[in-house]
Amino acid sequence: MIRFILLQNRQGKTRLAKYYIPLEESEKHKVEYEVHRLVVNRDPKFTNFVEFRTHKVIYRRYAGLFFSLCVDITDNELAYLESIHLFVEILDHFFSNVCELDLVFNFHKVYLILDEFILAGSCKKQARSYDIRCRRNHRENGELEKQE
Amino acid sequence: MAGPSLMDSLFQRSVDDIIKGIRLSPPGTESTFIAKSLDEIRREIKSTDPQTKATALHKLTYLHSLHGADMSWAAFHSVELSSSSAHSHKRIAFLAASLSFNPSTTEVILLLTHQLRKDLSSSNVHEVSLALSTLSSICNPDLARDLTPELFTLLSSSKIFVRKKAIAAVLRVFEQYPDAVLVCFKRVVENLENGDMGVLSAVVGLFCELTEKDPKSYLPLAPEFYKILVDCRNNWVLIKVIKIFAKLAPLEPRLGKRVVEPICEHMGRTGAKSLAFECVRTIVTSLSDHDSAVKLAVGKLREFLLDDDPNLKYLGLQALAIVARTNMWAVLENKELVVKALSDVDVNIKLEALRLVMCMVSEDNIMEICRILISHALKSDPEFCNEILDFILLTCGRNFYEVIFDFDWYVSFLGEMARIPHCQKGSEIESQLVDIGMRVKDARLQLVHVARDLVIDPALLGNPFIHGVLAAAAWVSGEYIELSRNPFEIMEALLQPRTSLLTPSVRAVYIQSAFKVIIFCLNSYLKLNGDDPSYPSESTYSDVKSDYPGRFETVASQLLSDTEPDNPNMVVKHGQKPSVSSKMHHLTLESLVALVNLVETNLGPLAGSNEVEVQERASNVLGLIKLIKPKLLGCLDTREGDKANGELKASEMVELIFGAFSEDLGPVSLNAQERVPVPDGLVLKENLRDLEEICGDIELPLSTSFSLVKLQTMDATSNLEHHSKEEFEPSTESTSLLAEHRKRHGLYYLPAENAGIISNDYPPAHDPKDKASDETEDLVKLTEQSLVIKKKPNQAKSRPVVVKLDDGEGFKVAAKAPEFKADLISGAVQEVLLGNEATTSSSRRKSSKKSSKRREMDESNVGVPESKNEIVKADMPEIGFSSSGRRKHHGHGKERKHRSSGKDKVHDHKDKQKSEHGHGKHKSRQRADGALAAQSPVIPDFLL
Repeated sequence: MIRFILLQNRQGKTRLAKYYIPLEESEKHKVEYEVHRLVVNRDPKFTNFVEFRTHKVIYRRYAGLFFSLCVDITDNELAYLESIHLFVEILDHFFSNVCELDLVFNFHKVYLILDEFILAGSCKKQARSYDIRCRRNHRENGELEKQE
Repeated sequence: MAGPSLMDSLFQRSVDDIIKGIRLSPPGTESTFIAKSLDEIRREIKSTDPQTKATALHKLTYLHSLHGADMSWAAFHSVELSSSSAHSHKRIAFLAASLSFNPSTTEVILLLTHQLRKDLSSSNVHEVSLALSTLSSICNPDLARDLTPELFTLLSSSKIFVRKKAIAAVLRVFEQYPDAVLVCFKRVVENLENGDMGVLSAVVGLFCELTEKDPKSYLPLAPEFYKILVDCRNNWVLIKVIKIFAKLAPLEPRLGKRVVEPICEHMGRTGAKSLAFECVRTIVTSLSDHDSAVKLAVGKLREFLLDDDPNLKYLGLQALAIVARTNMWAVLENKELVVKALSDVDVNIKLEALRLVMCMVSEDNIMEICRILISHALKSDPEFCNEILDFILLTCGRNFYEVIFDFDWYVSFLGEMARIPHCQKGSEIESQLVDIGMRVKDARLQLVHVARDLVIDPALLGNPFIHGVLAAAAWVSGEYIELSRNPFEIMEALLQPRTSLLTPSVRAVYIQSAFKVIIFCLNSYLKLNGDDPSYPSESTYSDVKSDYPGRFETVASQLLSDTEPDNPNMVVKHGQKPSVSSKMHHLTLESLVALVNLVETNLGPLAGSNEVEVQERASNVLGLIKLIKPKLLGCLDTREGDKANGELKASEMVELIFGAFSEDLGPVSLNAQERVPVPDGLVLKENLRDLEEICGDIELPLSTSFSLVKLQTMDATSNLEHHSKEEFEPSTESTSLLAEHRKRHGLYYLPAENAGIISNDYPPAHDPKDKASDETEDLVKLTEQSLVIKKKPNQAKSRPVVVKLDDGEGFKVAAKAPEFKADLISGAVQEVLLGNEATTSSSRRKSSKKSSKRREMDESNVGVPESKNEIVKADMPEIGFSSSGRRKHHGHGKERKHRSSGKDKVHDHKDKQKSEHGHGKHKSRQRADGALAAQSPVIPDFLL
């Protein structure tokens, strides 16, 4: 199960944070700080998985943004790694060439997309396989645009 | 309010304004800007105009989620706005709620119940989906209870988009309100048959989470899962289903046999690495007794290990570590890849590889592996270097050094490790050195050599990380000085000027060791020069014994047998090694005097040291020298002339101390303390009980080891208390003082529940300092129990004896009552799935009638859960059978023929049903099977 998802930039500023388990505010800030510390200095050649407390963080870096998913230790790393990519592709499609500022100014839309993507800690959209590039999900965006 | 509201709505700043404002504000002033905005928001949010309110809440949500502003105060406004008819307002309100509400602390959550209910039953799918998302993030038991009916309806919604969300959200509801399972579970199970991938993925995901917590309850659903496993081609769903089987298979071996084949098929067929890896992981964790499957999986793992992608390599190593537990060959086969991974750039991969390498360790290859690892340690960064050292020490020290055969090698290796520049594992090396000294008699000679090399090297004193190692080395050199080639050299090393760099506690060990060395030299001198008959070694011990008659009578034989090897050791050395005997030869009076002078000059200043330990030990040595020196000098002056009887006294004392030191120290069990009987007349308990009343609220740390000195203090205090209590009534003042004292020195008090069984006889064996704290009392210290040394008679041919205590050494683990907190969800699930399993067959019939009635009502899917009710009675056989039945449909009837005629009847009935309900074949068959099983109390094994 996904415990939380974080979007952070290289300076450690949180651009999106959604927790699927109840946490105290102070604990959230601590978690965000720790996750940033964990991922920020990792070489691109390193693995995308790091152990975090009793869970593991699966992260991916896109330009200056780190997308980190915290999942259970038994979860499938590769599948979640791919779902991060899918999420980014959806964002990219929605904002056409997404950049950090898009996410800042449209934070509510990002949360909406995220809610479509993950609900109650499980991915609803399935990523394609690890090495097959997934296609963009038009239907999803159609729905969102309808809501707008 | 209308005026300002209009003004507000006209001139209100938007979210974008806020964001821009924050971005434009000069560094450092952001917080003031945010504070100002928050003030604005507080004003605006009270507005009656929904637009103004929505914008204010939106801004607040932004500040909360990205800048950490507190918005718990605005909870009610979210609730208020959520009833707005405008979808955009509603969305803002629900977003704010889902981000800021805390299910357990936000009180206004319950005010949302009505709105959520309305939205869940709305015809607008977006409203429903919004409500579902919100519910899943703020769900608490009350909400879950109140909204279960709505959720139940949504679970079979015709809109796929809504249905899959409902399935995902139901997990939260189950968690918060387990009774919801009774209502919703059937519908959830029905969705397992849904053809839509989205729905299927949601429901499989749900079961994956549920199975994770308590697999057993979901065994009855295995046939459905099996069907998905065989039929489904969606990787995501397959991964989840395989995960479910990974949990179920260990519970039911026959299930393993069924699923291993399709899982292997998927593994071979799929191009998706994630699925392949899931198959591999499941095979190695849950199906590891299927050899051919494991072989296939290991083959796949090799592909992963050979891949350039670090992720795959990492996962491959991780999976290999799981295989290693059961199939070591798999690791050995990939040995070279694992060793290669040790030099990877990523520390994650290196660590995994290291773990694997340590798995491979056995008695035969330990030396080779350690050599490889040390060469890696020397090359790598400090952090990883220490990681390697840690692993080596842990593996080698495991279970009393069970992998070590050649202790001489290991002891030298420990010395080598201490010298690695980045080494920070001093304390672990320290305890192993001391521990080996005490446990492995045969390793002592080498140990003394290693210790000498460490102590003598002035360069090492500058590295604070290995001070612990030096302490151990100093202790070893002092304790086993009789094995040393040159005590004078050791003494010089122990007193070298750079020892001032040591921490006081380590320095104290150095001084104490010097004490031992000087005593040893003096004693050897006396023995050499003296009249051998007048100082036989036995007399030492008889002296000692007469001092402590009670304690030693019982131990005497043991003691002698223990010390004997030591003295003969020396004697043997005399004969064997010329170096040793020559050492004795140049032990002249002059050299001895020089030695004493050396000690005196070096330790003299330390008698004024600020550090208590150092000062005390130095004073001990100096005191002895003061006593001895005149005699020695007198001796020097007058040669053998007039031996004053004073010298006799001094020599007697040397003898006595030497006797105390030469007793062999053994390892002491950490539990030893408990076995010491309470001495007569020691009424510790009562006082402690009083103390508990006085300061019962103070939680005391239970110290596992404490030094003798402290114990004595404690004894004294408690005795004192005791007396004072007997003599006077304890005044309130004194009790409060006592409480104060206890508060401050809690460590020295025994915890009240410890029943006051104490003894001052057990200094922890691992702490060399403790030995030094008492000279003559050393002898008293080991009572019978701790001396009962278990020597494994036939441990190994060449391997030296490693002393282990007879009782389980190590920490006594408090018996934790395995308090199994019954999982409420699984309880409910079992209730649904097992139904009236426990009841009699008559009531069962009733229930099945009921179920058939219900079936009529419920058209879409024919009473699946009811069929489960019964199938569980038949339990696993059914699962395996029905799942196989789907494929081997024809073999079915034949298998059944083995059964009794009564069962055949049911079988017929079942066949009839089958023909009637062509659609629900699978389920009705299960039903029949279940009914059948209900009749027979003994579960037939259909698979075997």
